[in-house]
Amino acid sequence: MNKQSNTYTVIYIIVLVVVVGAVLAFTAMSLSSRQQANADADKMKQILASVRIVPAPGEVSADFSRYVTRQIVVNSEGEIIGDDAFSVNVSAQAKLPDTERQLPVYECTLPGEQIKYILPVYGAGLWGPIWGYVAMDDDGSTVYGAYFAHEGETPGLGAEIEKPAFSDQFEGKQMFKADRFIPVTVVKAGQRPLGDEDYVDGVSGGTITSKGVATMLSNCLSPYRAFLETLRNR
Amino acid sequence: MAEKLDNKKVFLNPLAKDNPVVVQVLGICSVLAVTAKLEPAIVMGLSVIAVLAFSNVIISLMRNTIPTNIRIIVQLVVVAGLVVIVNQLLKAYAYDVAKQLSVFIGLIITNCILMGRLEAFAMGNKPWPSFLDGIGNGAGYAIILIIVGFFRELLGSGTLLGYQVVPQSFYDAGYVNNGLMILPPMALIVVACIIWVQRALNPDLQEK
Repeated sequence: MNKQSNTYTVIYIIVLVVVVGAVLAFTAMSLSSRQQANADADKMKQILASVRIVPAPGEVSADFSRYVTRQIVVNSEGEIIGDDAFSVNVSAQAKLPDTERQLPVYECTLPGEQIKYILPVYGAGLWGPIWGYVAMDDDGSTVYGAYFAHEGETPGLGAEIEKPAFSDQFEGKQMFKADRFIPVTVVKAGQRPLGDEDYVDGVSGGTITSKGVATMLSNCLSPYRAFLETLRNR
Repeated sequence: MAEKLDNKKVFLNPLAKDNPVVVQVLGICSVLAVTAKLEPAIVMGLSVIAVLAFSNVIISLMRNTIPTNIRIIVQLVVVAGLVVIVNQLLKAYAYDVAKQLSVFIGLIITNCILMGRLEAFAMGNKPWPSFLDGIGNGAGYAIILIIVGFFRELLGSGTLLGYQVVPQSFYDAGYVNNGLMILPPMALIVVACIIWVQRALNPDLQEK
């Protein structure tokens, strides 16, 4: 057989690609449930991190259902429109106009504490997406805790937003100032924002990532204004 | 007996005398990217060893059937398939590390070491020597990754595998982590130091 002929070459590559394709499809199918479980567990871990709970390995899902007692989805009017917060794709929602968004809320009951409301946020850093979870006290204004994560920010610079040194600053900040709702912002260390909103210090050397966090908070938390106001007026 | 000696050479040469990273200077890109911490460096090294060994064996088994004019395409398809499998396995069994390595596992496909070994060795040798060659070159790459990762994590973050090793009393006495170590340029400088030490120990590697 002539191995250099066109027919041989074409048949060879077709067979090869079909075989490799079949192997890959088989791998993807047999592993997908495990991968999905891992991705879900990771998301649960991040949500719990915003209220400073670190689940034991292997206990993530159990701890999540123990602490997160209720999930709701609200709209920008503060009305409840669903109850499956976990499956809402925050990255897609963050691109919609405020009035069309589905806004997930995780109600978290901690031992000996009031209910905390965990709100997911999603935005852009310098190199890729950044996201996080902000836990609010039941007065609708005070931040209880926050957790941020990123895909590929520069280690040691922008990537510092995932460290507690950055996210712990959010504790106790107020979102309502004299009846006006302004999400907490991020400014360069030593500076102050133009308005009277509460602020935290950005990461030094991570200016664009810090600005990304500020933009993300303002973009993703603003639609929650009505929801938080109802909490506040309760 | 002669063949046995050859196999040994095939396996051991890439670890030192013919190291893909510090002698042939291949695969530098991923050395910069994944060595800020030790753990991803180890996982990346293991992944490259696995992909390189298996792709070498597969290509070696197929070597007499591959039409020469599309041999690079065939090699790429095999490597890409294996890399996707490794990536899927990591996502299923080592999710946290897979998250840290993100795109760099996928970029193993473009690692010059792989194409270099397939083209230079597996296309012309039997499966067993090819397997050893793959393990040897992968290990040569992994060793450098681990050495660089060790120094970068130790000096840049004061930790090893995430555990604090620089004692708090050092920090109290005014010691600071070297932030520069975490940035990619320091990976190049550490690699350069390894090359320096290695050339000094092996005079026959020195360019005249």
